[in-house]
Amino acid sequence: MGHSMKHPVTIILLSFVLAVSAACSKNKQTNVEFGNENGVLFLANGTEPQGLDPHLTTGVPESNIVESLMEGLTSLHHDSVKPRPAAAESWTVSEDGKRYVFKLRENGKWSNGEPITAQDFVYSWKRALSPQLGNHYAYMLYHVENAEAYHKEEIADFNQVGVNALDQFHLEVKLNHPTFFFLQLVSHHSFYPVHPATIETHGGMDNRLSKWTLPGSFVGNGPFKLKSWEVNKEISVEKNPHYWDAEKVQLNGIHFFPIEGESAEERAFRGGQVHATYTMPVEKISVYKEKHPELLNIYPIYGSYFYLINTTRPPFDDKRVRKALAYAIDREMIVKRVTKGDQLPSYSLAPPNADGFAPEQLFDYDLEKARQLLAEAGYPNGEGFPAFEILFNTHDGHRKVAIAIQQMLKQNLNIDVSLLNQEWKVFINTTNNLDYSVARMGWIGDFADATNFFELMITGVGNNRTGWGKPEYDELMQQVNETNVRSEREALFAQMNAMLADEMPVIPIYTYTQKQAIQQNVKNWHSNVLIRPDYKSVILEHGN
Amino acid sequence: MLRYILIRLLSAVPVLFLVVLITFTLVHSAPGGPFDAERAVTPQVLESLEKHYNLDAPAPKQFIDYVVNLLQGDFGPSFKYSSRSVSELITTGMKATMELGIYALLFAMLLGIISGITAGLRANSLQDYIPMSAAMIGICLPSFVMGPLLVLLFAINLEWLPVAGWGSSAGDKILPSITLGAAYAAYIARLTRSGMLEVMSQDYIRTAKAKGLPQYRIVIFHALRGALAPVISFAGPAAAGLLSGSFVVETIYQIPGLGRFYLQAAFNRDYTMILGTTIFFAFLIITFNILADILLAWVNPKLRQSLSGKR
Repeated sequence: MGHSMKHPVTIILLSFVLAVSAACSKNKQTNVEFGNENGVLFLANGTEPQGLDPHLTTGVPESNIVESLMEGLTSLHHDSVKPRPAAAESWTVSEDGKRYVFKLRENGKWSNGEPITAQDFVYSWKRALSPQLGNHYAYMLYHVENAEAYHKEEIADFNQVGVNALDQFHLEVKLNHPTFFFLQLVSHHSFYPVHPATIETHGGMDNRLSKWTLPGSFVGNGPFKLKSWEVNKEISVEKNPHYWDAEKVQLNGIHFFPIEGESAEERAFRGGQVHATYTMPVEKISVYKEKHPELLNIYPIYGSYFYLINTTRPPFDDKRVRKALAYAIDREMIVKRVTKGDQLPSYSLAPPNADGFAPEQLFDYDLEKARQLLAEAGYPNGEGFPAFEILFNTHDGHRKVAIAIQQMLKQNLNIDVSLLNQEWKVFINTTNNLDYSVARMGWIGDFADATNFFELMITGVGNNRTGWGKPEYDELMQQVNETNVRSEREALFAQMNAMLADEMPVIPIYTYTQKQAIQQNVKNWHSNVLIRPDYKSVILEHGN
Repeated sequence: MLRYILIRLLSAVPVLFLVVLITFTLVHSAPGGPFDAERAVTPQVLESLEKHYNLDAPAPKQFIDYVVNLLQGDFGPSFKYSSRSVSELITTGMKATMELGIYALLFAMLLGIISGITAGLRANSLQDYIPMSAAMIGICLPSFVMGPLLVLLFAINLEWLPVAGWGSSAGDKILPSITLGAAYAAYIARLTRSGMLEVMSQDYIRTAKAKGLPQYRIVIFHALRGALAPVISFAGPAAAGLLSGSFVVETIYQIPGLGRFYLQAAFNRDYTMILGTTIFFAFLIITFNILADILLAWVNPKLRQSLSGKR
């Protein structure tokens, strides 16, 4: 032994081990332990946010942070996603459903202590609609009278747009049509107020490159305020004492970590770095189900996984072919054996919604019918059916689903399918140009209403990547917008659903689920269909 | 020698220019634009965005504008991270990436050279086979395998070190540095070993031995300088590789470095960010190669003489 000590390698290794143990000898506290003691939540949050400007951001990681810093006229309940008073304490709606008057809170304050006024909202919506800003979500405000014309520069005078400050605390909004989900809509970040003076000192309302969202400049009206922002490392927020409901806010702060990679965040969770993960690797779900079901949080969300069909390309221009494909896919098998995340097999483009509306299932996994339809289309037993490609964006999960469907189509219909994956932006480009036969797509609703999904299939809109369109369908969509009566709307949705099931321009596969690992002491967590955070309700129970 | 350095430096300019030109062309010809997403952007929004980022201008004009700005040190705004400029992001990311690279290089050098010398001195013994087999594994094991394995062992099972992070808790820089440096340590060990074997059979070493010098003096004062020449010529590319190839390690350990931005920028079609990081990395690679060449000339008298001879 004494001899081997002389070897430099041994010495180096030993000193390394010593250094390591010296570094670790301190009895360190994990983030989670620290957080539980001090009421601070640590969250894995996917990726570095593109920004924190509510009128510029589009992604979930961004919205997860913005929701802690700002709030709209309403906010959504953490469980039911029902709108409830937020920046507005109450509102009145005209009988025709086209005029809202919001009464703002007189104790409503910005994080710098200044009062929030109706004029601030007018300024903010003007900014959100400003043509030069390049707000991806500007169309969300198109329900407001003349908002679309202003954004498209057809009118230049913002006074013509249907938003108006009646006095300091009363905001009047006029809509184009009775918008059933308007109270939900104003809880979305595209409607959030921004602090006018702050925006103006940072280059004005049109400035995309504004630095007003950086720590030290950020002014918000949410339950928390921005404390620090280290790029690619951490964003932290702390309790905002000026928030109108500050007394109810239980947490003292939240730390968001941009952890890329599902496995990395799962390791961070196990290592006590975060209270909750952003998502969960598929292969870990079964392990957690077996060993730690109490840490696993899985619930269906308002999102659909489906296949687009290029209806302009033969033989897919024949609806019998499209339906044959749809009937030959065993969705139960896909969710049980392939995706394995408790997804729900889906037979409609629109998932069941939180408000109680669930589209009727109008077809099933039905091989007999599928074969019959294919034969009627001129391809008995798949003979003569041209080989085609299933296109998907590069992702292991999408590949697995595509392989399963490839096998089903071969076995069930004797159709030869090959697979093609493309990097995300290339994929979007390909589907936009209708340069595919069948392609995978997903859609998550911004608010809990079926219009989110049915409007995808309006003739010629950018999100309709199938080339399909029917004037009757567009007419139904128009009628949905015109009515505020729940039963009427649901009847119209049912008609649209039937039309899609008959025409099958898209093949529904399953309803998405949110999958995460979360510590048990995190209570009132927003496990809602929109994954819309509601941090002011979150309680961090003390103890282990 | 000075002349040599000067020529090397000047030749870097057209190389950098080519890098800018080729990257610019590739980036702009890749299908899919920076603003493509599943939620289709309305034509009005797209138009104002393109205007904002000078994408509505013809490509040659865009290129000239970019180069003109670049010469003034302006890398432009990031398309994706609207509140940050590319220079800002590079400066922030560079710190962590540099620090990680330096630690990894030190670790690789230290472990590689020492185990290489040991192995070279006792060729074909256990003290040769063990480190060399370990080195082979080190070369073969990619960091995306080694990283998680180290984390599982040292962070989750033994709880000695943090799972991830950079400068936020004690010891969180150890695992990333080892993960990144391991493959390089392995290369260096093999290079040192073969250099050592070659040098130890030279006449001047035999002379030293005959003089009765102790082993350590022979190794340190006579053999090492020659044996390390291949290691030094490897150090330049290694340093560049450590800095530009750290994105896997940065992702595993959530290190706020430049590598993560580089990768993300490509996926996001963040044109200015891709260009900025590429130029920056190209600059680093060129610099390190020049430095390694100079160092090599300094330790190798033959090379130094031939360079001076040109004068």
